[in-house]
Order: sequence, then structure tokens, then C-alpha cells
Amino acid sequence: MKLKGIRVPHKKHTAQMPPVRIPVPKTVTIPMAMHIGRPAKPIVKRGDEVKVGQLIAEADGYISAPVHSSVSGKVQKIDEMMTAMGAKVACVVIETDGLQTVSETVAPPDVHDLKSFIDAVRQSGSVGLGGAGFPTFVKFSFNNDEKAVDTVVINAAECEPYITSDTRTLLDRTDDVFSGIALLKKYLNVKRYIIGIEGNKPEAIAKAQAVASQTEGVEVHVLPPMYPQGGEKVLVYNTTGRLIPQGGLPLDVHVVVLNVTTLAFIAKYVETGMPLVEKCLTVDGSAVKEPKNVIAPIGASIADVLESAGGFKSEPAKVLYGGPMMGIAVPDLTAPILKNTNAIIAMDEREAQPPKTTACINCGACLTHCPLRLDPRAIAKAYKKGEAEDLKTLCVDLCMECGCCSYVCPAKRHLVQTNKLAKAVLRNYQAQQKAKEGAK
Amino acid sequence: MSQMISAVSPHFHHPRTTRSIMLDVIIALVPAMIASVLIFGLRSLMVIADCVAVCMLSEWVFEKLCKKENTLGDLSAVVTGIILALNLPVGVPLWQAALGSVIAIVVIKQLFGGIGQNFANPAATARIILMTAFSSSLTNWAVPQPFNFMPDATTGATPLALMTKGETESLPSYLDMFLGNTGGCLGETCALALILGGVYLLIRGVITWHTPVAFLGTVAVMSLVCGQDVLAQLLSGGLMIAAFFMATDYSSSPATKWGKIIFGVGCGLITILIRFWGNFPEGVSFSLLLMNILTPYIEKLTRKKPLIGEVDN
Ligand code: SF4
Ligand code: SF4
Repeated sequence: MKLKGIRVPHKKHTAQMPPVRIPVPKTVTIPMAMHIGRPAKPIVKRGDEVKVGQLIAEADGYISAPVHSSVSGKVQKIDEMMTAMGAKVACVVIETDGLQTVSETVAPPDVHDLKSFIDAVRQSGSVGLGGAGFPTFVKFSFNNDEKAVDTVVINAAECEPYITSDTRTLLDRTDDVFSGIALLKKYLNVKRYIIGIEGNKPEAIAKAQAVASQTEGVEVHVLPPMYPQGGEKVLVYNTTGRLIPQGGLPLDVHVVVLNVTTLAFIAKYVETGMPLVEKCLTVDGSAVKEPKNVIAPIGASIADVLESAGGFKSEPAKVLYGGPMMGIAVPDLTAPILKNTNAIIAMDEREAQPPKTTACINCGACLTHCPLRLDPRAIAKAYKKGEAEDLKTLCVDLCMECGCCSYVCPAKRHLVQTNKLAKAVLRNYQAQQKAKEGAK
Repeated sequence: MSQMISAVSPHFHHPRTTRSIMLDVIIALVPAMIASVLIFGLRSLMVIADCVAVCMLSEWVFEKLCKKENTLGDLSAVVTGIILALNLPVGVPLWQAALGSVIAIVVIKQLFGGIGQNFANPAATARIILMTAFSSSLTNWAVPQPFNFMPDATTGATPLALMTKGETESLPSYLDMFLGNTGGCLGETCALALILGGVYLLIRGVITWHTPVAFLGTVAVMSLVCGQDVLAQLLSGGLMIAAFFMATDYSSSPATKWGKIIFGVGCGLITILIRFWGNFPEGVSFSLLLMNILTPYIEKLTRKKPLIGEVDN
């Protein structure tokens, strides 16, 4: 049995288009928080000359990631900026000189054992490139005695509509992907590697299979062409048959999940020492004139990227970081490309208008389509009544905010939004419970 | 540049809306409406128009008075009107049909909070209330007579009544029952039209097979067990319209797969109980109402376990 989900229009218009590098923008704005964890601490100041690949901010604490300059030029200022996620972060704004001179510090790292490998991954600034941006090295820092990892699942599902940047990684950088696997084999001592690809990418599947058949321990799993196959829980279950427990991590079922582009990047870094300073991303959507895949320096503005895609067919009314199912709407086009940005989707007025919400008709579509078998209709009722105990029984904390429920709801109810709020209610309630117990 | 829209994810939605679902139900009811006109004459149309108009009017007035948003656009009042009309005999006085419509919309739907909130099926409940209040005019079954505008003079017994009385030798042929050429309510006699509509709803994904199959299946099996004429039981009374169009009502039936099966089986069992051992020849509406009341409990029982541990089916 496989966990399913919903059929969404794939819209993979750009699957056949190898990425093209965009011209060097005049300035780049590099935020210090492009990962989960503490923001990085800037080590440059106004007026400093920087080069491509040079460290400009250090990781602050364990769960954090360093940041490198994506361009050569001069630091114009260090500014506070509001991100699309609604947080204030410091940003290093660099005026480019257009030369893209590579920093002398860029040199292949010395990697000879697990520790030096993890260190290298940490120095590279790598974060989960497909999703939330969790620092990659943490995933490798498991204690092999307690939680022996026996499988690495490589996420190439790319289930969001429009996005094809991971597909391009598999097609254009197959060698990097497989040298990445070789590195993991050597240092992590894990034998089994599963590449999970959604069935709607026949070419990527064929290419991966061809190489996998000559590599020991690598399997290619073709996933049903249904959203959200790339969701961690769904992916791990559908490839390994193991279910990540409530509140748990893939590690709990002896699995490490790695995005395919992250893996390719790590291989390239170990080879060249060039840290994470640019990103391949898909530019598409109803307002975009020439949808394509591009390689953009991190910190380039969305406007720069859209310009390289021929500008607009029509005035964009909504622009997203990421795909239409889980993407985040940006406040304006000056927002920068982040490490984990895999797509910029610009929608025209017609596509962007949120549909009108009407009363729940109790049709049950939301609960029959939830991949995790939650009941968003009941969650919404319990949330409205403030019944935290019910929210607990309904396991709202499991919700991965994939959006299947909202997508299918004929009444267009904001079920994901309600779930997010309900999760917060449950968290508060559980914290209070704990405090009470402590007081006793 | 103009202000960007900053909506919450997802930014894609399935094109299906409440309105498009209701439109599909209306389309699915077209064959039954045509059949009612062919079988019982043009007065059928008057009854349907009466119920639809009054349903829409009462919804509009109620929402106006309560300062609620006007929901006529979702077409659910139209669906209720059609289904109620199809559950009435052709000779029903128009004012009684109108009263039933007001009861269905105001008392059963709106007073419980509007669309999606009513615990009972509006049409089935209104039918029961009318039957109880005006039993003579509501059991005055017209025999089929196409193209007659006036309430007719000739009335006859429905196949169910005949079976209840044990007069099985005067039952119409299976073919007549399948085509609806028998006495009964406007829209319930023509099994062919109802099955056509039901299949359309299944194909469109508006309903799932669970409820109708469980409902009809239970009636068939129980008829067989009790030594009754299985086909005649399946083809008579309000069974077909209930199984496809009323037991599948979203608000008043369970949303879970197993819930739908239990609901269908329950409806089937109660229908049989009333038909074979009760005082009324027809048990379908009562069975619906009783199962409507049990729906919240059935849902609780059959809710899927969230994926926290083992995966089972
Ligand atoms: S309830 Fe959560 S996990 Fe389930 S479909 Fe909705 S967003 Fe996805
Ligand atoms: S899909 Fe929407 S309308 Fe249907 S039960 Fe869920 S919340 Fe209600």
C-alpha cells in the first residue's frame, strides 16, 4: 500500500529546459537567516571588499549555518529587513562589480573521515534545499550506536506543480548525485540508498535508473504521480514502508532523508570547495512571459530573476517562493532568492484571486484526501469551540500543512490555516498541562 | 506596482465548488423530472416549480430576516425543492407542497444553521411531516396518465401497497416498475431515470458507491431472506431515489467510508422492518430520518485513525 494524496495539475512546463545563468545583478541582498535555527552572525562591515565564496557570516551556535558571498563587490550596508515569513533579519547588501572574482579561500576541503566530512558539510553552508532549510550537517550527526541509520532516502519527488529544478539536477548533474551517494557510502557507512521520484518524470527516472543499475545499493523508487509524495512522512513510508511516529524524525525509523539537489551540491563542494552561493530555480506561473529554469546568485532579487525570464505577460498579482501548494507569497519583488528557494511562481490577477469561502457542506472531501488521515473538518470545529483536548485526539500536531484538504474543499475553506492555528492552541495547552503537572 | 495579494497557501484550488456540486445533482435529477412529466403529466412540472420556487423564496426571506449572507447562489435550495417535489404525489395540493418546502428550508435547514449543518434530510423530513398531517391527499396515488394538467380522478394503489396487502397478483410487470409506469410519487417510480442520475453522480465523484450499494444491497438480501419478491422490493416505493439522492446527502449522513456503509445498511434494515412488519407501506423516509439521528455516532465510530503508528487499511 502507498500513501496517496491528491491529483493536482503538474504544469511542469520547464522540465525540458536546462537552467541558464542570470546576468550578475547590480546588488544582492543576502539574509542571515535562510535556515532553521539561529541566524548567522555577519563578519563583514560596510565598505569591505568581498569575493565569490567568501565567508560573510558565521554560524551562531549548533543549529545554524554560515553564509557566503554570492558575488564579488563591495558591502554597501548591513540592514534589517522583513522577510516574507514575517520575521526581521539582518541582511548583507553587496554592490557587485560584475567580475565575479572567486575568493582565494575557495579550495577543496580536506575530507578523510566522518568528522571531517560533517565539518565540510557544515562549512559549505548547506541547508535542505527542497524544503524548510534545515542545516544539512545535523542530519549526518546521528549517533550510530543508538539510532543506526540503514537507509538514505533521496528526495527527488518534486511533487509541487510547476517546479522542475530537482528534475534538472537529476538530468544535468547525474554524476554529482552519484558521487554524493559515493561520499555518503564511504563516510556514513549506510548501505541502502533509495531515490524517490514521482512517476511524472520519465526521463529523470530513466537516467537515474541507468546509473543506479551500475551502482551497488542504489534503488530508484517510482512514486505515484500524486501530491504530496515529497512530504517526508509520505516519502519515507512509500519508499521504505516505515512510518515516522507522531512527533518523530526519520531517524526514529533509521532513515535519513536528503533532497537530491542538496546531495549534488555536497558532492560538488567536496570536489571544488565552492560553498552554497547560487541556486537553480524554476521561474514560471501565469504572469511569466518565458518560463524557464535559471541559476541565480543567492540574494538576487525576485525582480532580477523574473526579468531574466522575459518579464511579465501581465501584471503579477501574487508572487510565490516555492510552488502553489505550499509556497509563501512575497510582499514585493525586492525579496531575495534564498538558499532554499526552488521556484518563483508569479500569478496573474485571474489565477491569484483567492476563491470565495463558503460554509462547510460536510462533504468529507478533506478527510478522504488527507494523506495522514486527519479530519480537517472536525479539527476546524474543535478549534472554533476551543476544545484543546479534542484537538489532541484528532492529532492536529501531525498535520504537515501540505494543503491537500484546502485544495479539494468545495467550500474553499482555509483548512491549512485553521490547522496551523489549532496546532498553536494544542501546543499552548500541552505546555500548560506540563506546567500544572510540574507544580503538583 | 499595485499591492500584491498575500493569501495563505495553498494557492491552487480544485475547480469544484458547492455550487458546481449542486449543479451536478440538478443535472442528475433531470431524467427523473422528465420521467415524472411523461408518467404523471404536466402537473408534475407545476409541483416541481412550486417546490423549487418556495424553497428559494423561503431561503431568501429567512436569510434576509436574519441578516445572513444570501446563499441562493449555491443552488442547494433548488436541489431541496426538486427532491421534495419528486417525493410528493402528483395530485398534492400546491399549498401543501409549498408548506412542505417552507418546513424543509426554514425548520430543518436554516434553523439548524444552514447548509451543511442540518442533521436531518430536509426533503425526507418534510415528506414525513406532510404525510402525517395530510395523509389523505398525500396517499392519493394517481395512476400514470401522461399529459394531463388537472389533478386526476382516477387513483390506484402503489405496488408497495399491493404487496403489503398481499395482492401480489395485481402487481405491475417488472418492466413497468423499472420504467416507472406505476402509481407513486412524482420522481420515485422510474428506477431507470434514477439509476441514470445516480450513475452520473458516481462518475462525477459527487457521491461514492458505498451508501447506495449498502442500502440497495441490504434491501435485496433481506427481501430474499424473508421470502419476498426481491426485484419488486427494489423497484418500488421511494427506495431508488432515497438510495442515490437522499441517503447520500452530505450534511445528514456520515462522511467516512465505513460510516456510509453502516448508514446504508441501517437504512436498508429499517426500510425492510417497516415494509414487512410496520403499519406504513413505505419505510424509506423513516429509515432515513432514524439513521440521520445516528449519523454523529456512526461518524465517531468510523473515523479513520490518524497515521501515528501502524498503517492499516
Ligand atoms: S490536514 Fe494537514 S496533512 Fe492533512 S491534508 Fe490538510 S494540510 Fe495536509
Ligand atoms: S472539504 Fe470543505 S466542505 Fe467538505 S467537509 Fe471538508 S471542510 Fe467541509
